[in-house]
Amino acid sequence: MPKTDSLQGSLDLLVLKVLSRRPRLHGYAIMTAIAQKSEEVLRVEEGSLYPALHRIEEAGWVRAEWVMKENGRRARIYDLTPAGRKQLAAEESRWQAVTAAINRVLRTA
Amino acid sequence: MSYWSRIANVFRGRRIMREIDEEMESHILEAMEQGRDPAEARKAFGSMLRWREDSLDIRVAAWLDSLRADVRFGCRQLWKNRTASSAAILSLALAMGACVSAFRLIDAMLLRPLPVADAARLFILTYPYQDVSGKTETGDSFDYPQFRALRAAVRNEAELIAISHPNRHGLTFSSDEETEKFWEQSVSGWMFDSFGLKPALGRLLTAGDDVKPGAHPVAVLSFDYWARRFGRDPKVVGRRFRMDTDVYEIVGVCEEGFTGTDPGIVTDVFVPTMMNAKAIDRSDWQWFRTWARLRAGVAPEPVRQKLRAAVSVYRQERAKTWGSGIPRQWVEEYLKAVVSLEPASAGVSHMQRDYRRSLVVLAVVVALVLLIACTNVANLMTAQAAARARELALRVAIGAGRWRLVQLVMVESVLIAVLASVFGGVFAWWSAPFVVSRINAPDNPAQLILSADWRVLGFAAGLALAVTLLFGAMPALRASAVKPMTTLRGGEDPHSGRRLTNALIAAQAAFCFLVCFVTGQFVATFDRLAHQPTGFVAERLLTLETVTHNNEPSIYWDEVRQHLQAVNGVESVAICGWALMTGNGWSDNIWLNGQPDNKESYFLAVSPGWLETMRIPLIDGRDFREQDAYPGTAIVNEAFARRYSDGQNPVGRTFEKMENDKRARFQVVGYVRDVRYRNMREPILPTVYVPLDARAKGADWATFIVRTRSADPLALASVLRREVPRARPELRVANIRTQTELVEQHTVRERLLAMLSLFFAAVALVLAGVGLYGVLTYSVLRRRREIGIRMALGAPSVAVARRIAAEVFSMLALGAVIGLIAGLASQHYLENLLYQVKGTDPMMLGLPALTIFVGALLAALRPVIHAVRIDPAVTLREE
Repeated sequence: MPKTDSLQGSLDLLVLKVLSRRPRLHGYAIMTAIAQKSEEVLRVEEGSLYPALHRIEEAGWVRAEWVMKENGRRARIYDLTPAGRKQLAAEESRWQAVTAAINRVLRTA
Repeated sequence: MSYWSRIANVFRGRRIMREIDEEMESHILEAMEQGRDPAEARKAFGSMLRWREDSLDIRVAAWLDSLRADVRFGCRQLWKNRTASSAAILSLALAMGACVSAFRLIDAMLLRPLPVADAARLFILTYPYQDVSGKTETGDSFDYPQFRALRAAVRNEAELIAISHPNRHGLTFSSDEETEKFWEQSVSGWMFDSFGLKPALGRLLTAGDDVKPGAHPVAVLSFDYWARRFGRDPKVVGRRFRMDTDVYEIVGVCEEGFTGTDPGIVTDVFVPTMMNAKAIDRSDWQWFRTWARLRAGVAPEPVRQKLRAAVSVYRQERAKTWGSGIPRQWVEEYLKAVVSLEPASAGVSHMQRDYRRSLVVLAVVVALVLLIACTNVANLMTAQAAARARELALRVAIGAGRWRLVQLVMVESVLIAVLASVFGGVFAWWSAPFVVSRINAPDNPAQLILSADWRVLGFAAGLALAVTLLFGAMPALRASAVKPMTTLRGGEDPHSGRRLTNALIAAQAAFCFLVCFVTGQFVATFDRLAHQPTGFVAERLLTLETVTHNNEPSIYWDEVRQHLQAVNGVESVAICGWALMTGNGWSDNIWLNGQPDNKESYFLAVSPGWLETMRIPLIDGRDFREQDAYPGTAIVNEAFARRYSDGQNPVGRTFEKMENDKRARFQVVGYVRDVRYRNMREPILPTVYVPLDARAKGADWATFIVRTRSADPLALASVLRREVPRARPELRVANIRTQTELVEQHTVRERLLAMLSLFFAAVALVLAGVGLYGVLTYSVLRRRREIGIRMALGAPSVAVARRIAAEVFSMLALGAVIGLIAGLASQHYLENLLYQVKGTDPMMLGLPALTIFVGALLAALRPVIHAVRIDPAVTLREE
């Protein structure tokens, strides 16, 4: 199991990515998606997702709204904004550049 | 700011916390629905408390951050345009301060309830009557026998309380040398109990202190006087003082806050009504107001019915005792009069009556000035927002919401409003007492309790909010409606928004015209009143109101006169019943050919030499001599001759007047010029001077008129005060005033109104001028390209100038016409404050119009010159 720390910085990126594929998700669904896609490798304390969601919401990358679910409960669902889409692209390419660089170092050193 | 944001934060924080909790809770519930074990789900979630705190920090702080950024940005913007911003802030501060001041004055004088139990249940009794010139006025003075009758009639429904008009007295604590002036009110002993007042020291007056005429020489001090004069010395109880001719003992001090029932006067000493012993059984002395305190649950109407019935019975009884000397019409008027109950929870005073309208008019004037200032700031903000149109458009383009833009622009308005409120508060704190100190003569200033409580603070806060919305909302909404596409392309229509600006210019012109129009009338009124000839020479005259315990024969009075005559520095001395222009008057009917005249004439008792001392010119006949007796001889004025002898010289003619139910004959021995008797405003009535001769009865009250040699008559005041009792120990000087002061007191209100309105008119003109200048400069700037093209195509400078100015000046003209209509409509309300001035006078209308026109020309000069100097080559190359 990787330490949560290593994930923390990239959590924003993962959330944005998940939301870019599947719009209008609530927190639990976002978390489940990350866990499933990473085949349970990337697991964090589930609650840490929320400060991250709220941070990127305040940054204007996602929009949140309360919706009524069929079971009568309210759920707060998130959606990517145009600014979030740009941010995702930028983050993604930065991530690719960094991991590629790290991989090159790992291969050749 | 911090106060406001903290409150907002608290509300916001709570709501956000609830939302976060709900969201996290729904996460757990979701997990359980997926079939996970609740305990495991909670464990996997981690510390809910910690995540909540993290989220809260992020969300609240982010909002605060954006606000802080806007505030910083706003401050920088204000600083960048510091000339315009400080002009905006100062003009708003001045106008807001003036508004708050006006509110403080109106609140203190007219609205604030008296600090007594259940002030809402307080009423006073009033009735209509006709004054000497035939005008219907509202009277509220009563005589004691009538008061007794009324009190008995409504005993079960209401408590009636007699409270005298405040009297300005001289009082001495130890030696007669040190007379202090203070305000005294005679009150029913049960007043304190009925008002629910408690003593701060000793005891208050009770019903038992108000039983037998002249038998209760006790007094209660007001808290204010106790603190001011005695430094709250507890040993004050038991001290004695002499007032006029009686010696009183201080029995207590009233609780703090209650300063009498007359706003504008802070009463120092309360004494029982019974100490006005001579007045108790006189039904022809009206010297106090009758207050009614309704018992709980009693409606005013039935009480009024009972009072009316009781008044009617009383008046019929009294009319029976009158002889035939009273004209029938009068008796009918007297019997017809109906008593009303008027709510008096805020107290009742002459000052309220004199200043109610003035204050309302002044409040309207300052409100108009505030509107002008707001318009200016609105124009400024619109211009600035337009100058920032590109920046705002860019913000919209990169995703800022409309509300974010509104917040951005509003923050700047709020900053201006907050700064203006602070300065305005300082201005109001200083200016309200300043205005109060200008009411009344300098040695006897009006005293208003101007506390800064929640009423004033609430008003100020509401005003600041209204002002912010007034000048901030429109520009903010306009700015937020920016269209990124057009703006960023640089092709914004230079004519957009002109309609709003034009409307604002017209509004400013209308407000300005109104303010100048009102000011012109006030200034003209003051000018005419102040230059109204009085008919006598007031300079170097001193008036000594002198009293005695019992009636003293006129030889005694004359002895004193001769004694004063010999005092070094005295030119001449005369005696009269009372000095002219004190407001005192004695009116009666003249009988000719056995018939009374319905219209009244004034009378005044004077000694030989009075005409000479007052410098009143004799047209024909002679002055009084020592042996002239009353009734018998009379000196009359021109108004008398006009009415009773067809303007012919009346010397040698005779007339009659009622004297103790008998007609007494008078022969006219002198004919003098008209003088002002009671005040500057009323028409000069026929006036009869009669010899100050009361050998049979003597007098207990008269006034010495002293003409001094030195230019400053008050220098002799203390010497004369000492010399009077030295000549005759029975006589004491109650009050010394200069004749000039007596004359000027009648123009104090007009001077104040003229001074204040002139000040605000100047402010309004300057503000409107600056506003116009700004609008024109800005519009020239925006239309540079258009002007450049026109000039390149050969348009003459005059045409360009006309294009720029024509629209603005037509707006000004429109505004002025609107102002004119409003001014004429308000004329009816102003009438009572004016003297020999008519709003429809071309002069009164033309002057403000001309002022505004000249002001507008001055303001327009520079922008127009700037426009015609535009060099097409330069302007067009720029684009």
